[in-house]
Amino acid sequence: MAIVNDAVDVVVVGLGWTGSIMSIELAKAGLKVRALESGPERTNAEEIYPKPADQLGYSVRQKVFAKARQSALTVRHNQSQTALPTRRWGAFKPGNGVGGAGVHWTAVLIRPTPTDLKLKTWADQTYKPGQLQDDMTIQDFPVTWDEMEPHFDFFEKVCGASGQAGNIKGVIQEGGDPFEGPRSNPFPLPPLKDTLNNTIFAKAAKKLGYHPFPNPSAAASGAWTNPYGVQIAPCNYCGFCSDYYCLNYSKASPQTTILDAAKRLSNFDYRVNAHVTRVDLHDDKKTAKGVTYIDEKGQEVFQPANIVILASFQFNNVRLMMLSGIGKPYDPNTGEGQIGRNYAFLSNGNATLFFKDKNFNPFVTAGPTGQMINDFSPGTFDATPYDFIGGAKLHSSQAGGAPIGAALPHGTPSWGAGWKKGMKDWYGHSMKVSITTTCMSYRGNYLDLDPTYKDPYGQPLLRMTFDWAQNELKLQQFLRQRVLEIVKEIGPDSYTESFLKPDAHWNTTSYISTHNVGGAVMGETPNDSAINKYMQSWDVHNVFVPGGNAFPQNFQANPTLMLGALTYFSVKQITDQYIKNPGPLVQI
Amino acid sequence: MNTMRNITFLAAAACVALASTALPASAQQSSSDEKALIAKGEYIARAGDCVACHTGPGGKPFAGGLALHSAVGTIVSTNITPDKQFGIGNYTEAQFSAAVRDGIRGDGAHLYPAMPYTAYAKVSDADIHALYTYFMKAVEPVAAPTEPTALIFPFNMRFGLGLWNKAFAGAGAFKPNPQASAEINRGAYLVEGLGHCGSCHTPRGFAMQEEGMDASNAAFLTGGELEGWPVPSLRGPTKATKGFASWTQAEIVDYLGTGRNAHAAVGGEMKPAVERSLAYLNDADLNAIASYLKSIAQSGPTPPAVPEKVRATTDKLTAAKDLTLGERLYLDNCGACHFAGGQGAARVFPALDGASIVNADNPNGLIATILGGAQTPSTDRSPSVLPMPGFGYRLTDKEVASLATFLRSGWSNQAGPVSADQVAAMRAKLPPQPVPGIQIEDKPAKGQTAEAVHASH
Repeated sequence: MAIVNDAVDVVVVGLGWTGSIMSIELAKAGLKVRALESGPERTNAEEIYPKPADQLGYSVRQKVFAKARQSALTVRHNQSQTALPTRRWGAFKPGNGVGGAGVHWTAVLIRPTPTDLKLKTWADQTYKPGQLQDDMTIQDFPVTWDEMEPHFDFFEKVCGASGQAGNIKGVIQEGGDPFEGPRSNPFPLPPLKDTLNNTIFAKAAKKLGYHPFPNPSAAASGAWTNPYGVQIAPCNYCGFCSDYYCLNYSKASPQTTILDAAKRLSNFDYRVNAHVTRVDLHDDKKTAKGVTYIDEKGQEVFQPANIVILASFQFNNVRLMMLSGIGKPYDPNTGEGQIGRNYAFLSNGNATLFFKDKNFNPFVTAGPTGQMINDFSPGTFDATPYDFIGGAKLHSSQAGGAPIGAALPHGTPSWGAGWKKGMKDWYGHSMKVSITTTCMSYRGNYLDLDPTYKDPYGQPLLRMTFDWAQNELKLQQFLRQRVLEIVKEIGPDSYTESFLKPDAHWNTTSYISTHNVGGAVMGETPNDSAINKYMQSWDVHNVFVPGGNAFPQNFQANPTLMLGALTYFSVKQITDQYIKNPGPLVQI
Repeated sequence: MNTMRNITFLAAAACVALASTALPASAQQSSSDEKALIAKGEYIARAGDCVACHTGPGGKPFAGGLALHSAVGTIVSTNITPDKQFGIGNYTEAQFSAAVRDGIRGDGAHLYPAMPYTAYAKVSDADIHALYTYFMKAVEPVAAPTEPTALIFPFNMRFGLGLWNKAFAGAGAFKPNPQASAEINRGAYLVEGLGHCGSCHTPRGFAMQEEGMDASNAAFLTGGELEGWPVPSLRGPTKATKGFASWTQAEIVDYLGTGRNAHAAVGGEMKPAVERSLAYLNDADLNAIASYLKSIAQSGPTPPAVPEKVRATTDKLTAAKDLTLGERLYLDNCGACHFAGGQGAARVFPALDGASIVNADNPNGLIATILGGAQTPSTDRSPSVLPMPGFGYRLTDKEVASLATFLRSGWSNQAGPVSADQVAAMRAKLPPQPVPGIQIEDKPAKGQTAEAVHASH
């Protein structure tokens, strides 16, 4: 017999970005809220200066990432293969513990474009029928730019976003992204300081007719007090962002923007090391009655709740829906079912430019430091001659200067005396020009439960079936040419390059970014989606599933700002409508 | 929407039940009057910070048990919950008033003046009534005794306190200054009375009495020492160029209400004072306190502006060439947050250039903060807990002394050097400083250096 907790109004599964936003907003609305976080507690006091400045511990040994025994999944490229379990994070690194991936992210906080939100409509208007891959399953986000903009704006204020606006209420601003959607306000804070790579890249990009602007950053360029009264410190450019807990309270995270305010609310609490194994449904399967979790002593606990928020990482949300019988699992052969459908990822590529006589001081930098152009996003250039859809942020970023894995010129030995000499000669003498791309969704890229491998609680692991499609490989070839044109304009002493070859397959071991999306996507009807525009399950109306799982495909912008905005959009509807009148928020 | 904020799904059912058994109108009226009185009493208890002394470590609010150590023995705070056996449940309002304002216990014995009754003497009858109502009707009774107070002879003879009271108490009820505004008088009432700010901020005389209970005495609120720490003056210029005397009204209000402002963050005993008391005061009262403190400022020599000296320190730290040990340690340990200019960042990282704690004659507050760290209190107005790490685990006594000496002479600062012996003495008083993330179980043996502790783990 499981232990039964005191009932709450809302149980929030996962205390990362979306869980923290849901928790504070629902508690402020007067509901009794309890968050269950599968990982450990993480606080400013524990992750204190200079402890996180430790590349071996945090980046190489993956200190603040989800542990394989909790979050492993199996992967394969297509249905004909047998999937094998991940034993170490490679292409992506989900977080765990309080703050989730919001603890170790790089903190690029960028909006999608209005075209990104209505990609299917735009594609239908732009491409000839049959021009794009016929197994592509892209669709529009069921929200409009006007619905999202106030929430982009608010979440930017929560994070102390630092950057240069490009379009304020339709007026194009010098130095910003002229292709961005109209914003109601400038960034709360000015951009971070530029490093040498930024100025070199921006100069070359401008010369080629592009429109460079500073990477929009959630590492604060100045001291900031957000709408919750929570404070963010000015970034000191220590370079320990991506993979690290910020030791300076400068990078926006649930800890530095929300949780200190949430903890003051007497109707909010949270449990750590509480691993949720399923959502428990009432007999009619129309509503949930709570969740079951394993506590830190290994005991099974039932947490009764009126509302269940699945706010775990993208693929954990999808897996929990499958394990709980929420919605119908996707079948790639028939195209039926929504849970697991439209999994998408992203690709990257770069050229590394070496200069004997330039010193980039990469140890003085912030994770989001860089300049980018948005001249190659859907709608900002014509890709129809190349038969692909998509684009990229094309940027020169300098996320850190930690020594392990530092870029060295081609031919430098990877160990021993030769490597040491290479490090001495070349550390700090290189910069990158990179792409971070869109990724469309396809019938054969999906998530389901693995038939063989189980976790320590006896539940099947999630199985990820994913590979690059021809569309994305064509996109890479096109963008490689644009990058090489910029490299030529910059004129380094030498360079190396790393892009996907035309016959490439997805490599699970080499890091790309933790921008996994889809699998329980949002849409207009239950026929094209698992959740509605308020991220409410079509099937079980008191279950909400905010997260990357909601994206029907991936855009070139980093996902966190969209995730945050969608969560605020959803929670407003829950507090304004759902509490008064529980039921489906979208009628069909 | 407002209604929604206050009720939950779970509470809604209970509310429906309450509404259906509504009380008669007259009873509702008197109960709403009493509710208001209790709320007022609770606010007064916050302003008086009763909970600070009358709650033991990990204990229930107001159940007493906090040990206040002094040279003459240990005074243990008492249970002031309305429990009839162990608390003040049998006190009449007159007895309650005598205890709070005159230092006379219910049985007629004298209270030790650790209880700030010489300040509370100024609390008005109306406020005493509200406070009494709150304690009797809204505080949870706790049926638990506290340890008896055990002072050495002759201080254990409570009757002697009658003489002390004759000599030093007797300031009596609050007297408003007819020349001053209502706001300043409200501030004076709070500072001199309920707030008992003088308990820490007024120097003590030969018999531990506060030298002055109001601004008519030049020594009132001019600072002193508390448990070895320097306590800044609230009345006049000091060597600190950015100390209290230079703060604007808004900066004082910010500091009191949140524990931080553009220049400084609370440390030492001021942190709990903000966390448990001042943060609960409304904006009007915080402004009244600030106005009053501004009105009683005393003139005196202000520290000279020394822009060249400030620039010289900043430039040297920026160039990072030919550094002294103290300067090098600053860059390696402090500069990431407080920056080369020593200015920190508004409301997040306190400025070190011109700070009171850095420039105090007594360096113990600075030493203790370097060794043990600090963190801002979480308040409704500013919820962020922003910790500064302690550096005791990685700096030797000599290194801390060099660092503190640099801090006390860098930029505009002009205070004397700090010795390794002073650091060692403070280190001995503090709890052990673990390496972050590693639990150290025992205090290092005497003479063991920080490096040795580090190496052994």
